[in-house]
Amino acid sequence: MEQWLSLLDSTIRVATPLVLAALAGMFSERSGVVDIGLEGKMLVAAFASGAAAFVTHSPWLGLLAGVMAAVSMAMVHAFVSVTYNGNQLISGMAINTIASGITPVLALAWFQQGGNTPQLDDDSRFHDITLPFADALSNVPVIGQLYSKLLSGHSVLVYLTIIIIPLVSWVVYRSRFGLRLRAVGENPHAADTAGVSVARVRYIALFWGGVLCGMAGTFLSVYQTGSFIKEMTAGKGFLALAALIFGKWRPLPAVSGCLLFAFADALQIRLEGVDLPVIGQIPSQAIQVIPYVLTVLLLAGFVGRAVAPKAIGVPFVKSR
Amino acid sequence: MKFGQPSTLPRWAQLSVLPVLNLLAALLVTGFVTWLIGEDPWECLQLLVSGAFGSGEGIGYTLFYTTGFIFTGLAVATAFHAGLFNIGGEGQAYLAGLGVTLVVLAFDHTLPPLVLVPLCILAAMGFGAAWAFIPGWLQAKRGSHIVVTTIMFNFIAYSLMLYLISHHLIEAGSQNPTTREFGQAAWIPALHQLAAGVGIALPNTPLNLTFIMALLACVLFYLLVWHSRWGFQLRTVGVNESAARYAGINVSKTIMLAMCISGALSGFAAINELLGSTHRMNVSFTNGVGFVGIAVALMGRNHPVGIILSALLFGGLTQGGLELSFEKPVITREMIIFIQGLIILFCGALENLFEPFIAGLFKRKEDK
Repeated sequence: MEQWLSLLDSTIRVATPLVLAALAGMFSERSGVVDIGLEGKMLVAAFASGAAAFVTHSPWLGLLAGVMAAVSMAMVHAFVSVTYNGNQLISGMAINTIASGITPVLALAWFQQGGNTPQLDDDSRFHDITLPFADALSNVPVIGQLYSKLLSGHSVLVYLTIIIIPLVSWVVYRSRFGLRLRAVGENPHAADTAGVSVARVRYIALFWGGVLCGMAGTFLSVYQTGSFIKEMTAGKGFLALAALIFGKWRPLPAVSGCLLFAFADALQIRLEGVDLPVIGQIPSQAIQVIPYVLTVLLLAGFVGRAVAPKAIGVPFVKSR
Repeated sequence: MKFGQPSTLPRWAQLSVLPVLNLLAALLVTGFVTWLIGEDPWECLQLLVSGAFGSGEGIGYTLFYTTGFIFTGLAVATAFHAGLFNIGGEGQAYLAGLGVTLVVLAFDHTLPPLVLVPLCILAAMGFGAAWAFIPGWLQAKRGSHIVVTTIMFNFIAYSLMLYLISHHLIEAGSQNPTTREFGQAAWIPALHQLAAGVGIALPNTPLNLTFIMALLACVLFYLLVWHSRWGFQLRTVGVNESAARYAGINVSKTIMLAMCISGALSGFAAINELLGSTHRMNVSFTNGVGFVGIAVALMGRNHPVGIILSALLFGGLTQGGLELSFEKPVITREMIIFIQGLIILFCGALENLFEPFIAGLFKRKEDK
């Protein structure tokens, strides 16, 4: 029980930035704009929030800076994809490359710590929050333990994410904006005829994508490690993209994909160097590679079939 | 699918004026960032240029880096001509390195150089092509998007190589995840050694025969893409897939073959690095060469001449940037990655951004 709880607990920790990034990607891709730049947006957010939190001693100002940095990158992507009708894949690639270049350069120039930001002190970081009655309930079997060990004791960003998941799901499927978002991603010409501004919807979608990526990046630097580290996203943006495809561009299945990948990751850390019966040791790389292989198989239709939003990647040119 | 605002400029201006303006825009932003971190952009540029082209040794290293970038640039360009965006050059070069290493470790004490080196090249091409073939096949037959698949294949390649190097190929007794040094039979001769043979003294650099192969590959690429039947099919598929199908072109075969050629070309980057310079394989030998190829192909507009020039630019940036970072510790290798990203943005995603500003100039000339 203890072991399972701690395994699930780390699953939640690993999954949070993935979930935020995957939902960010969902906004963008559901509106018809491919977003392979999630990684880069998370990275600039991690740097900006780490730097701002260090300077201002406030994790919340850090979060604000992270969100602003990610949103500004998202707006570059929006300008290229929506206003200029440029190639969205190349733009996303550019954002990733720019992010991995600019963050260590600025970090080194401003903080002289080899491209990282200084370790944040306790006041400038997000902390684990103990939910009410968590201590009192910790002796109650099952429910009490689940509550106090699993649900309690996370960062405020985790709880925000838990609120955001149903919210995003509601926005996409039940709100007026969500209907327009999906319409623009599936058939922009029809949406345009119905009087919806395709450009406006896509800009808004990318804006919210930026906000979520900003939160994901902030989670990494201001909560998890307590400083920005060069290339600290380490493929998480692409993992989120994989989860998004795994979830067939739908919010809840995408979240499940993130949880699955995070579980595999948490498991892999525990299996390191452990001899299992029959199979022996599993190399950690074999588990790391699972999400990527799954995504390839899924895209190829060997395991289910992932069908992208129809208008994805195609610039919308208003017909005259 | 055509992206961006269509260009109305004369073709020569599209191929020269626009890329130069895009490059200037990228450099301007870089200059701004340099100024922001408290360095003098003009002084840095001078240090960079003299580091890259100011000495024989600098030029040798610049051309050595250029060699790898030409190959990955051509690789990306081949896929682009078929309308495919192959982000997987990095993984393909990685796997090609595995092919080379397996051949070398097996035969470097038994085979003579004249047999071993070509065998290594074949292995690099084969492994690179195979790693690119799978995404190509998945795109052509199963409709899975090549960009996402090649991204995933980069990660799979990285994990696979990390496992193989640290568990199986590692030099016995070594703490670092590298293979043992390759036998001399597998070394591709450096140009300064060859030049010394005919009495010319060149500075000692890793620039090797692979550079000549890169130039040859550019010629072959030009002939293949613009002067062969298959090249015509390739470009037709790239411009309009349904028209190509209607004209009786086997689209999926063209796509798969284009990816194989792309992967094989990426493989040469591994040859340049492993057989030309380091003579052993470690986990990070590709060092982003596949990603630079994207910027090179975009800036060179998928034409061999453009690719040579932009590969030279990136070779110069890499070498000059290293020299610069000795002088200015604040400016690291990452600054070059930043420039690379800006070039991808301006030359790739926003290629005709400045067209409206200069279109007037060309129109007025025509009127006169």
